[in-house]
Amino acid sequence: MSLLEIKDLKVTFKTGDGDVHAVNGLSLEIDAGQTIAIVGESGSGKSQTAFAAMGLLARNGAATGSVKFNGKELISLTASELNRVRSQEIGMIFQDPMTSLNPYMRISDQMAEVLTLHKGMSKKQAIAESVRMLDAVRIPDAANRIRSFPHEFSGGMRQRIMIAMSLLCRPKLLIADEPTTALDVTVQAQIMQLLGDIRTEFGTAVILITHDLGVVAGFCDRTLVMYGGQIMEEGTTEDVFETPSHP
Amino acid sequence: MFSFVARRLAVAVPTLLILVIISFILMYAAPGGPFNSERPLPPEVLANIEAKYGLDQPFWKRIVDYIWGVVAHFDFGPSFKFKDRSVNDIIAQGFPVTLTYGAISFLVAIVVGISLGTAAAIRQNTWLDYLAVGISIGAQVLPNFVMAPILLLTFTLWLGWLPGGGWNGGEWPYLVMPVIALSTSYMASIARITRSSMLEVLNINFIRTAKAKGLPMRRVIWKHAMKPAMLPVLSYLGPAFVGMITGSVVIDSFFSTGGIGTFFVNSAFTRDYSVMMGITILVGALTIIFNLLVDVLYAWIDPKIRY
Amino acid sequence: MLPNPAKLEGVIDAMAVAEVKGRSLWADARTRFMRNKAAVVSLVLLALVAAFALFGGFFAAWERDFVDFSLTGRNAHMGVPSIETGHFFGTDNNGRDLYARVVQGTGISLMVGIVGALVAVVVGTLYGATAGYFGGRLDGVMMRVVDVLMSIPFMFVLILMLVIFGRSILMLFLGIGLISWLDMARIARGQTLSIKNKEFVEVAVATGVHPIKIILRHIVPNLLGIVIVYATLLVPNMIIFESFISFLGLGVQEPNTSLGALINEGAGTMQYGTLWQIAFPLFFFVVTIFAFFFVGDGLRDALDPKDR
Repeated sequence: MSLLEIKDLKVTFKTGDGDVHAVNGLSLEIDAGQTIAIVGESGSGKSQTAFAAMGLLARNGAATGSVKFNGKELISLTASELNRVRSQEIGMIFQDPMTSLNPYMRISDQMAEVLTLHKGMSKKQAIAESVRMLDAVRIPDAANRIRSFPHEFSGGMRQRIMIAMSLLCRPKLLIADEPTTALDVTVQAQIMQLLGDIRTEFGTAVILITHDLGVVAGFCDRTLVMYGGQIMEEGTTEDVFETPSHP
Repeated sequence: MFSFVARRLAVAVPTLLILVIISFILMYAAPGGPFNSERPLPPEVLANIEAKYGLDQPFWKRIVDYIWGVVAHFDFGPSFKFKDRSVNDIIAQGFPVTLTYGAISFLVAIVVGISLGTAAAIRQNTWLDYLAVGISIGAQVLPNFVMAPILLLTFTLWLGWLPGGGWNGGEWPYLVMPVIALSTSYMASIARITRSSMLEVLNINFIRTAKAKGLPMRRVIWKHAMKPAMLPVLSYLGPAFVGMITGSVVIDSFFSTGGIGTFFVNSAFTRDYSVMMGITILVGALTIIFNLLVDVLYAWIDPKIRY
Repeated sequence: MLPNPAKLEGVIDAMAVAEVKGRSLWADARTRFMRNKAAVVSLVLLALVAAFALFGGFFAAWERDFVDFSLTGRNAHMGVPSIETGHFFGTDNNGRDLYARVVQGTGISLMVGIVGALVAVVVGTLYGATAGYFGGRLDGVMMRVVDVLMSIPFMFVLILMLVIFGRSILMLFLGIGLISWLDMARIARGQTLSIKNKEFVEVAVATGVHPIKIILRHIVPNLLGIVIVYATLLVPNMIIFESFISFLGLGVQEPNTSLGALINEGAGTMQYGTLWQIAFPLFFFVVTIFAFFFVGDGLRDALDPKDR
């Protein structure tokens, strides 16, 4: 059985000008420990696919079809059931590290609340564990800097913090939604290397969403190309690279 | 944080001084005031004033003495009208009343306003939202001097449930109408501001992060969204405070509650300048202190301001 | 180097396009405003209220300062509103025709509101535009002054001034207007900061136009949209201010009157059962305020579509 199995997923947004179909009958599978990439230009529905799987669609959006994680259907879950899947089973990191961390809370509070909530740890244990995780993503001087606010870190550091936060509960799957888009080229490379290391260290399956094929090269087992809300090509990364049939 | 407060204080103190000087000059320039003798004053009063202000002294000496009296002894000098009462006596009588119903009204406006606004934002486009928006639009055009007669008409004249005025030591039936009349329009404004800022905050990316972390909605709202959503509300509290203090004048004269507003209006009619001045300065000082508190709160919420 | 004629033509074309665009911005705004039903209805209501204040006097059967002594003390049953007696809105305590007085009160309240808002807008815009345009230390000092003035409860100072310098409508206009320019100054400054780096201002600076002329000719006209919106929203606040002061009996003096003074009078006598005394002025007050707020809202949505 595959870890995540999406079948015939459709995402529709109700807008003032009628319904907009962002994702149109998408299907994909990923096994434990695998890495796949979803590539496509902006507006092709990559991110909405991920949001639908996590139940994070905007208020006017609705998903139909099936998203099974370890055989459990996610689309029909209630809010509290879904909250047990989020972070514990599937971690997620986002495109813009500048706005994805809460600027009004200390990093320690933002990280610790995940563990106190999901693992029932005490605040002290939770912070100790968070420091370990920050060390793992190579934040220098983590034990002291964990008390800082997000604006005291650079963009690349914030994205590392996001990765650490998403891994706190050791999820089996990590969805990375354009994790390097907002960063400098040199920082991009560091983050990708970190993601690669994390994958081997924690044995996490990774879905990498990006519009930049260069990022994908040499990183993923399989690559899916999305266009207009559908999967247009699928294959090993080399295949897609060598025989591109879509823009 | 400390230097932040110090800097704010450095602005607050001159502000207060400017207020004192403006009102002193106004009083000095007043035709028929104590410093020109067009209007005869009762001899005892004149004696009081002369002793206090030293009418033979030059202008700058008087103003320095007055400021020194206010700053060092909280002494606003004698009344122009009552020979046996000082401005301090009058403030001591009226201020506790104003403070009591003012503080209650302020709390009611904040608590009800924020709850209503938050509830409306979370349940956007439901009946609750429409109700909250409706109330806040309606209350915007019903300032306290319109609310007061309507309340009086309804609860005293028609229903006969509540006494039409008086204070009676602040028993609750005497408090209900003043508090409602004073707080409603501010409650409505706070609700409106909370609603729109909460809606805005809920669309920022870090709220999505919080949800992706599997936090229950309640925690997302309280722990993550509430603080930033409160920033616009906080900057409204300063003007609201001024508005409410000003509104208390209406409440006092309408419900005969006997707060400082009563004395302010009365002294306006009898040209008792020193009472007017004393109350103006007191109110100004309160406002400045309150704004200072708001600034500190603001800095506490938003770590980026703590430079 | 001679300008290439084809290029020049292109520039002229581009300018023409820009002009059409500029015009259609206002046309667009009008369309958007017209689509807002509440705002359009409010605009009509405002026109009706203004017409009432301007021409309502011609239909009054009684002079507004005529005191009908036969009614004094018997107002509750003799002064009831009726078409037959010509007292459409009834009479007040002193036996004066309330219709004529409400006409006058509405007129004065509208006038105070509009003039007060004008004073505030003119002072605030010029002040804010100057601070924003020059920037630097001058800006810092000017805005500090605004901050300082903002934390003074001006209603008290205004009342103090009214008492000291005597109560006149002129004093009211000035006082109310001078209280309210502070917000406008802040808004105008913020807008100026974003405008002053636009090309047309830089060109004007480069060609050595005098700063005062730049502010008046180039910056202020571009603030017009936001100024109109703010002025519309300011008028009802001015009316509320004035009514507040008149409600305390410190504003407009007899025999003149305003809606606030009338509401005050009506509130004082309502326990005698003469509810019309408060109902009519209150009605005109609420309708006017409501209408101004909705028109202002509609204008804001129309002129600044992203702010929603």
